[in-house]
Amino acid sequence: MNPVVLDLGIALLVVAIAAFVIFTRDAYAAVVAFVAYGLLVSLRWVMLHAVDVAMTEAAIGSGLTGVLLLGTAARLRDECADAPTARTGTGLRVVAGIVALTVTGLLVAAVVGFGETAPTLAPQAAAALPATGLGNPVTAVLIAYRATDTLLEKVVLVLALLGIWSLAADDAWGGRPGRKQRADPDGGLAYFARRLVPVGVLVGLYVFWVGANHPGGAFQGATILAAMWLLAMMAGLADVPSIREVRVRAVLVAGAAVFLAVGLALLGLGDGFLAYPAAFAKALIIGIEVAMTATVAVTLVLLIAGTPERRG
Amino acid sequence: MPDTTQFGIASAVLIGLGIYGLIVSPQPLRKLLALNVIGTGAFLLFGIVARRGAAAGFGADPVPQALVITGIVVAFAATALAAAVLLRLARVAGTTALDREAGAEGSTGDVDETGAR
Repeated sequence: MNPVVLDLGIALLVVAIAAFVIFTRDAYAAVVAFVAYGLLVSLRWVMLHAVDVAMTEAAIGSGLTGVLLLGTAARLRDECADAPTARTGTGLRVVAGIVALTVTGLLVAAVVGFGETAPTLAPQAAAALPATGLGNPVTAVLIAYRATDTLLEKVVLVLALLGIWSLAADDAWGGRPGRKQRADPDGGLAYFARRLVPVGVLVGLYVFWVGANHPGGAFQGATILAAMWLLAMMAGLADVPSIREVRVRAVLVAGAAVFLAVGLALLGLGDGFLAYPAAFAKALIIGIEVAMTATVAVTLVLLIAGTPERRG
Repeated sequence: MPDTTQFGIASAVLIGLGIYGLIVSPQPLRKLLALNVIGTGAFLLFGIVARRGAAAGFGADPVPQALVITGIVVAFAATALAAAVLLRLARVAGTTALDREAGAEGSTGDVDETGAR
């Protein structure tokens, strides 16, 4: 098929599903549509030649956000009987429409007005690649060139989790998040989990490992691992860990801790913060990525598990 | 340099739809979805900048790509925090309505501070 037609078709589909997410009356249908929307957006990323981003969008933006919001929508439906909310007044709709159209118009003007030459750091990224021992430039940016961003992101993840934990009621503090899953141990879901989880864990580790040279990496691999753990929990094969458990807490801070330790050690040796010496660059990067993958996987699972609600 | 105008216009429309939903939707969960739609639109604009910066044998500039990957993870963390606040609000107040009059019905009487079931 003509790629231009394909591009345009998917663009229209993405916009149409986004409109459905915004305008449908049913909250649950909106969340389901959002998952489909995320998957189509990741196709857009493939078309933009950003395969690493496409994998992240499909796994986190669509998959995990979908699981999280489906769970939230279901619990809200069960636990609070909100009267059907009155429709928003026409005045507010008109104002919102004007604001939205203005922003869209300005952005379109900016996009159409892009100059002939585009700014790019790709040549610099390519030039420094041999010094890192990596083949995937995106991984190099994440772990080497802009390592501080990634380090601080690990801190943000832990802070978000602390925020979620701190919402616990007094008697549930330090307990286990969420409700206990009651699934039939001989049911279809349990069977599915027993079959898929071992394969999925292998795929997750593979995606992490190839990320050094090919699309993939710590985030994408960690998300697959997190999804496998979540599947085991939903099937009732594993329970959510108690947030008091020392092992869990150790893994949660391992990513940032290893990152920081390597950075400070290199600073002490006189190379500068996170300035990897070329001889050890690959080994140090892999070491940081291993810790980071474990941290991201556990953090994602616990972010979805939510606030502690029972003693554990 | 590849032509990315079509991608840019579509992303701008996504951001516009999200802003409209964020303002108009009465339910917080829908506002959260709208915020995520704005997020994907903004990320795609980054993707266009990356694609336009294709050079040195790469299909797209890796720097904006890496920023977007970080952004997607942070957006997820923020969404998870917001969802947890929403569930806690529902438990304590019995409603998630932001409208003061609609919310008043659910929050009259004593609020269960412990939130125990």
